[in-house]
Amino acid sequence: MSNVPNDLKYATSHEWVRDEEDGTVVIGITEHAQELLGDLVFVELPEVGDTVDAGNECAVVESVKAASDVYSPVSGEVIAVNEALADAPETVNQDAFGDGWLFQVKLSDPAQLEDLLDAEAYTEIVESEEH
Amino acid sequence: MLIFEQSKAGRKATAQAPLTRADVSAIPAQFRRKRSAALPEVSEMQAVRHYTRLSRKNFSIDTQFYPLGSCTMKYNPRACNSLASLPGLLARHPEAPESHSQGFMACLYELQEMLREVTGMEAVSLSPAAGAQGEFAGVAMIKAYHDARGDTARCEILAPDAAHGTNPATAVMCGYKVREIPTGPDGDVDLEALKAVVGPQTAGIMLTNPSTLGVFDRKIEAIARTVHEAGGLLYYDGANLNAILGKVRPGKMGFDVIHMNLHKTFSTPHGGGGPGAGPVGVSERLVPYLPVPMVAKEGDQFTWITEKDRPESIGRLTAFAGNAGVLIRAYIYARMLGREGMPRVAEYSTLNANYMLKQLQAMGFQAAYPQRRATHEFIITLKKQAKELGVNTMDFAKRLLDYGFHAPTTYFPLLVPECLLIEPTETEDKATLDDFIDAMRSILEEATEDPELVKGAPHTMPVKRLDDVKAARELDLAWSPVAE
Repeated sequence: MSNVPNDLKYATSHEWVRDEEDGTVVIGITEHAQELLGDLVFVELPEVGDTVDAGNECAVVESVKAASDVYSPVSGEVIAVNEALADAPETVNQDAFGDGWLFQVKLSDPAQLEDLLDAEAYTEIVESEEH
Repeated sequence: MLIFEQSKAGRKATAQAPLTRADVSAIPAQFRRKRSAALPEVSEMQAVRHYTRLSRKNFSIDTQFYPLGSCTMKYNPRACNSLASLPGLLARHPEAPESHSQGFMACLYELQEMLREVTGMEAVSLSPAAGAQGEFAGVAMIKAYHDARGDTARCEILAPDAAHGTNPATAVMCGYKVREIPTGPDGDVDLEALKAVVGPQTAGIMLTNPSTLGVFDRKIEAIARTVHEAGGLLYYDGANLNAILGKVRPGKMGFDVIHMNLHKTFSTPHGGGGPGAGPVGVSERLVPYLPVPMVAKEGDQFTWITEKDRPESIGRLTAFAGNAGVLIRAYIYARMLGREGMPRVAEYSTLNANYMLKQLQAMGFQAAYPQRRATHEFIITLKKQAKELGVNTMDFAKRLLDYGFHAPTTYFPLLVPECLLIEPTETEDKATLDDFIDAMRSILEEATEDPELVKGAPHTMPVKRLDDVKAARELDLAWSPVAE
């Protein structure tokens, strides 16, 4: 069972959300997601200034096995992206919840955070997938 | 060793070299090369040995069993090739008038009719140059149909999460937004999820049935009804048509358009850059939009159907009649099978797959959908082996190469973790299937007793395990000569 930090929120599509408590959130993919994908070879990120909608795809992570869409768990404006991933996509494999973050969003509807899963609920989803 | 690395300045294959320099004075000076092309300079014998050596490394259906799921790597009878090479077919000029092309046109007409009959569609056009272009033609016709009715708010194409990647790609190429439909736990499309997203914005749904999960969607009639009631059309991806050939007709399932991969179902050469052929068939309401040309029969004469006859056609996708030589091969194959032979394609592809599935299950491999009968292909998941033995799907696949088999498709479809998608095809006999099953048994034993042996495979191939991560991260695709 992979690591699922308690201080983060999660989406069923395996993204994590960290509330920066300034009206913005940082988003990445979970450790479980990177384990399933295997070694990443390419990450395509949105551009700063893009508008993202909750539930819509806004980034792509590509491994030797598959290219997979990343869905934004929240709506808002992209205010930063992790540019270091262009040269080092493996960072997502090494530190999915930290240096492997993907992008940061200024929330247009902070109430959406309430709809996300907590660590316990997300862990249940991961465990049910493993059976 | 690359042939470039054998190059030595000034060496040439004298007997093969042209005696005179070509006259290029008609080409404007600014378009002519300033320097010679960087070609390898080798002798005739070096070139022959180099390419013969490479050809001996080929892994092909002519040498080995090739159970690559979703790809239908079956044997192509040599007769299709030799008959298609008859001078009357091979040497026919594409500009030859109808009166000089009646035999050729009769072949195309009969192929149109046979494909129409076996798919249960209203009409068939042969012209798309490959499956991908056939898909494009199919969705372009769906768009043309909605546009002609002024029904322009339909902006979405639905595709199940198990779909071939080409389906969403095609929809996007035609200007649609793609919406993914989840698969239920039994491998069928989740009908409730479909009902929740279908609506006035739905242009159509793209389905493969049987799907890439190796099961026949039993709810296809309900799916068709749901999409049709919302005003959308149904697209059939013909990738797995060999599983149902002569048994069930997509037209009867409610599909409005289908493309056929002739290289899978009708035994034309497989890929490698083509040429291919991807005919499309349609239901009555899409007939006006079919790509041209097609062949019509008037009395005992064959004539071309062109834009003049079909002003609403989506147009031409290829020069002349498409990849005619490939179409002729498919025609010969269909004639060789005949009406009695076509259902046997479905029967044997299904029998072979189910036989292998049962044998592999009996030795401890886990089926992805154990409650379902397989169609022409099936999925096993090595999740258990990966967890308990530390030997994953890729290790099994690589070790199969040492046993003389092409590996099945790995890690596709993405829905099933650690999966192998296995498609024996209808052209393999039981002895070959048993050899493969024995190899899987041996590898399972090796994985238990000596996992490092499997994890280090292949051991007997010209190259060992490749670093696919490094290869993808540091692309190095072109040999560059040492700077002069």
